[in-house]
Amino acid sequence: MAKIPQKIIHNYLRHRKQFPHVWCPGCSNGIILGAIIRAIDELKYERDDVAMISGIGCSSRMPVYVDFNTLHTLHGRALAYATGVKMFKPEMKVIVITGDGDATAIGGNHFIHACRRNIDLTTIVVNNNIYGMTGGQYSPTTPTGDIATTSPYGNIDPVFDICKLALGAGATFVARTTAYHVIEAQSFIKQALEHKGFSIVEIMSACPVIYGRLNKKGDAPAMMREMKENALPLEKFDELAPEEKQGKYIRGIFKQEIFPEYTEKYAELVASLQRE
Amino acid sequence: MKANPRDVNSGTYYMDGDVAAGYGALAAGCRFIGGYPITPSTEAAETFARIAPKAGAVFIQMEDELGSIASIMGASWSGVKTMTITSGPGYSLMMEAIGLGAMIEAPFVILNIQRGGPSTGVPTKTGQADMMQARWGSHGDYEVIAIAPDSPQELFDYTIKAFNLAEKYRCPVMIMSDECVGHMSEKVVIPPAEEIEIEPRRFYNGPKEKYLPFKPDKDLVPKMVKAGDGYNLYITGLIHDERGYPIKNQIEKGKSQKLPTRRLVDKIRLNADKIIELAEEGMDDAEVVVVSYGISYRVAIRGIEIARGKGIKVGHLRLITVWPFPDKKINELASKVKAFVVPEINYGQVVFEVERCSHGQANVVLVPHGGAGVHDPDDIAEAIEYAAKEKKKIRKVIEWKTRLEKFVFEGGYKLNK
Ligand SMILES: Cc1ncc(C[n+]2csc(CCOP(=O)(O)OP(=O)(O)O)c2C)c(N)n1
Ligand code: SF4
Ligand SMILES: [Mg+2]
Repeated sequence: MAKIPQKIIHNYLRHRKQFPHVWCPGCSNGIILGAIIRAIDELKYERDDVAMISGIGCSSRMPVYVDFNTLHTLHGRALAYATGVKMFKPEMKVIVITGDGDATAIGGNHFIHACRRNIDLTTIVVNNNIYGMTGGQYSPTTPTGDIATTSPYGNIDPVFDICKLALGAGATFVARTTAYHVIEAQSFIKQALEHKGFSIVEIMSACPVIYGRLNKKGDAPAMMREMKENALPLEKFDELAPEEKQGKYIRGIFKQEIFPEYTEKYAELVASLQRE
Repeated sequence: MKANPRDVNSGTYYMDGDVAAGYGALAAGCRFIGGYPITPSTEAAETFARIAPKAGAVFIQMEDELGSIASIMGASWSGVKTMTITSGPGYSLMMEAIGLGAMIEAPFVILNIQRGGPSTGVPTKTGQADMMQARWGSHGDYEVIAIAPDSPQELFDYTIKAFNLAEKYRCPVMIMSDECVGHMSEKVVIPPAEEIEIEPRRFYNGPKEKYLPFKPDKDLVPKMVKAGDGYNLYITGLIHDERGYPIKNQIEKGKSQKLPTRRLVDKIRLNADKIIELAEEGMDDAEVVVVSYGISYRVAIRGIEIARGKGIKVGHLRLITVWPFPDKKINELASKVKAFVVPEINYGQVVFEVERCSHGQANVVLVPHGGAGVHDPDDIAEAIEYAAKEKKKIRKVIEWKTRLEKFVFEGGYKLNK
């Protein structure tokens, strides 16, 4: 009999880690972690060859539950840590798990520069449109007008489109999907991991307890339904009339391009200087 | 000057310390807070975000703490009172800018609701281990003012005082509170506006062509103008003269002896007596003096009660202002008493200042605490008892072995010889 997916996850959990985890009931973080684990399992990576590096946030807790080389670092700095690891362990699969705030607010600078360098890291941005861990302050992806504890009268900030940001900064693999489209998420993560260069998969995620409650989005299933209805493949999105596009967004792979990778370029530089 | 009624939500409340600090900032006339969420300080930012717009003040959640502290300095030189709010890792990120703040003499306040560290540490629990960082965290020579409130009421009152000190001395002023005080809920009375004393900005109002942004008054503090008022302001983090112009070349050529850093240090040191606020109790016949601050002050009260129950003569000196340090006061006491006992939620910070100022005259006992909680008053009481009995002069800080320390470390590590 084929292994049921649940079982695969169990193979990678840290058994001596104290459970339960910190996540609230209905949170998408567990679903997304499951997709990451299954992607790694399907690619048959040795667990010692994988490093999972994160910043601080609910989503950034993912690596602490799984038995890869876990580095739970500082808020916003995971990509910079990962850069250091990758330079000296270029054969390792280095995965960065980061939240919308972690990646694009405090870590925004590291984010654009990692994209620009095209260093071979795979970044999973878990976008729940809020600062979950600190209890619901607005992030750079909190929709304009939405309520957060620091925008009690509605957020006036325009939002970042994380994929466009990554594209503009030079990432060579850019994709977006949602926690509802979990099979697609698994597939995108696999492709991102196999991509040579800086890859990012933005995964929309439901935070029913903080963001959902503040904005009356209903319970976790209701938020999942919203993702199902609002996240459309490019072809479907393009068919919509402009007024129908309100609240909808595109999921899919936006870019997949081969461009010289940073650690390889550096190795070439060293080799050429040593030949002289 | 009195507070503006627009900014004062007078009344009697039951609120936590963080919330009280938010109300205190507004009452003090704060027009701008740039902040970034971090436990256990976030409620202060959330409070200000809620109450500020109604009074025409501004809260912006910046993209990180570097942005937060930089934004408030910009606002400060634009003529308004400003504050930022943080804890632990966020406070560390602000260190570089604190030096700039001292250098450009921007009045601003930092509220640090200390948590357990280092690094991410214990985000939801208390600590007092940033005290030396407050004093020395940025590179170079400078002085700051730091105060340590012990209750939600004081987080209201002393936030106002912090703003007043910032305007008066034009240096970074830190409210060094902690999670315990920030998250405890107690009665807080917000008085009517006419009962709140506010220090106005020291605006310059002489002839425009005579204005020198860094020419000090008699108390060594210069007057300010607002950016945009036509004074050709030149504000820089480089060492500068009274005009604000960099003077590295003059110093190299020996043309200027007046290093402005001298004044940055002296304006606090020479005004220390005016700045420092202390509280004392039971000092008259004290043999032992407990020196405490913040939440540890409140815990020490119980420890002192227990010790007095055993007939020990013990006084209590509370550091409301921790920086500048009350050198004179400690030195004076050291000549009269047997020992100082210093409980603090760290492995020794302020205690070394007490030792320094005691100049070997009295024994100094540290009651340490590793954080994530407060002291057991019995430990403080026993340390007092020991300090009263010890006949020898011990020429180092004595670390009292508390119950917790005994439990965790069984008396410490044994290093291989
Ligand atoms: C320097 C610093 N500032 C602030 C914090 C507090 N903090 C912890 S997590 C977090 C926000 C997390 O939001 P996000 O990255 O979107 O992750 P989520 O919790 O939503 O998954 C913040 C502000 C911190 N740990 N370090
Ligand atoms: S706060 Fe939101 S993101 Fe964090 S665990 Fe709870 S539901 Fe998930
Ligand atoms: Mg988030």
